[in-house]
Amino acid sequence: MTAALVLEGGLSTPVAQANGRVTVEIGQIPIELRCNDALFCSQIEERYAGFLRSSSLPDYCFDIELEPLAEPSDEDASVTRQGYLWRVQRGDFRAIWDMRTRRGWIRQSANPYSLDTVLRIAHSLALAEKGGLLMHSASAVRNGRAFLFAGVSGAGKTTITRLAPADATVLTDEISYLRKEENGYRAHGTPFAGELARAGANVAAPLSAIYLLEKGLANRIEAVEESEATRALMRHVLFFAQDADLVRRVFESVIDLVSRVSVARLIFTPDESVWDLIG
Amino acid sequence: MTEKYILRSKAIAARILGDETIIMSATDSTLFNLSEVGTLIWQAADGQTPLSEIVTSKICEEFDVAPETAYEDALAFVEKLSQYGILRVLDHPLKETAEASAAKS
Repeated sequence: MTAALVLEGGLSTPVAQANGRVTVEIGQIPIELRCNDALFCSQIEERYAGFLRSSSLPDYCFDIELEPLAEPSDEDASVTRQGYLWRVQRGDFRAIWDMRTRRGWIRQSANPYSLDTVLRIAHSLALAEKGGLLMHSASAVRNGRAFLFAGVSGAGKTTITRLAPADATVLTDEISYLRKEENGYRAHGTPFAGELARAGANVAAPLSAIYLLEKGLANRIEAVEESEATRALMRHVLFFAQDADLVRRVFESVIDLVSRVSVARLIFTPDESVWDLIG
Repeated sequence: MTEKYILRSKAIAARILGDETIIMSATDSTLFNLSEVGTLIWQAADGQTPLSEIVTSKICEEFDVAPETAYEDALAFVEKLSQYGILRVLDHPLKETAEASAAKS
C-alpha cells in the first residue's frame, strides 16, 4: 500500500516503512522524517544540520512521499482540523497527521522548502497546545539570557543579528521559538532562516526581554504600553490554523508572554553600539 | 426609537488591558482594539441591558456628552462590531437562559 492510498483512505493502515530516517529536533520536539529517496534524505540532513538527533523516541513521525507537484510558493497553506486529524496543504505539498498517534504523512515536491513549511506549521500547532509560540522575529543569546527582536520585514531583524557582538549567539533571524516554562519562557534556536540564509544555533536560554524593532537615526529604548505590546506581538505570531480553540490559546499565550517578559521599543541605527542598550 | 440589545460573541478571545480591550476573532484571527468608551460598551453587552441604558448609565455618566449624540455613536459602533461578528445586535432582550447568565458574568 502506498502513502497516497493511506492519505485518501484514512490513517488506520500504516504505509510500508521507508528506509531513510532523519530525526530533526527543534525546540526539544524531535520529529522523525522517513523517506525512501536517499537524495532527499541527504538534502534534509544538510538543511537541518545542527538540529539532527539520533532519537529512538520521536514526538512525531512523518512518512514523506515525493511526487511531482507545484513549485513552492508564498501562498498561505490551508490548515484545518477534523477531529484528531490535522490537514495541511498548499500547491507543493499535502500533509496529514493524527494528534493522538502523532503519526503523519507528507506528499510533496522534492524541495526541502516544502518540508520546511510543513515543519513550521507542525511546530506552531504543537507549541500552541503547550502554551508556546512561533514568532516572526530574530532572537539571540548573550550571557545566558535570550533577547527577541520583533518586526515586520525591513524593520531590521537580520540587521540586528548581523550587528550582534562576538559573544552573542544568534538563535534565528526569522522565526523565534518560545516554549513556556514554569517561571517564564525559553527561546530556542531554529533552522528557519531569513535573509541571513543561515540556520540559527541549536541552543536555548530563558527569554529576558522583547524588543519591537524600528529603524531610526539614533539608538534608544522606549517603553510601550502592555496593550500596544500585545497588539504588536500578536501581529508577529506565526499561526496558520483556522481553529477557534487554538486561536484562543495563542491569544492567551501572547497575553501571558507580555505579562511575564519585558517588552520595549528599540529604535536603532545600524551600528554595533546598539547592542550596548540590550540587556 | 426601537430599543436594541447587544451581546458579546462567543467566537472571540478578549482581554482588557488598562483602559483598552483587545479582541481577537477566533474564526479568522482578526484583531480589534476598543477604546475606553468601546470597552465600557463591550463590558455591558450582556444581551439584556438596553443599549440606551448602557449609554446613559455608562457613557454619559463617565463622559460629558449629550445622550442623543452618544446613542447615535454607540449604535454605529455596535453595528460595526456586529458586521465583524464579534458582537450581536438584538431587537429583543435575550431570554433568561444559561447563555444570558454566562454573558452577564
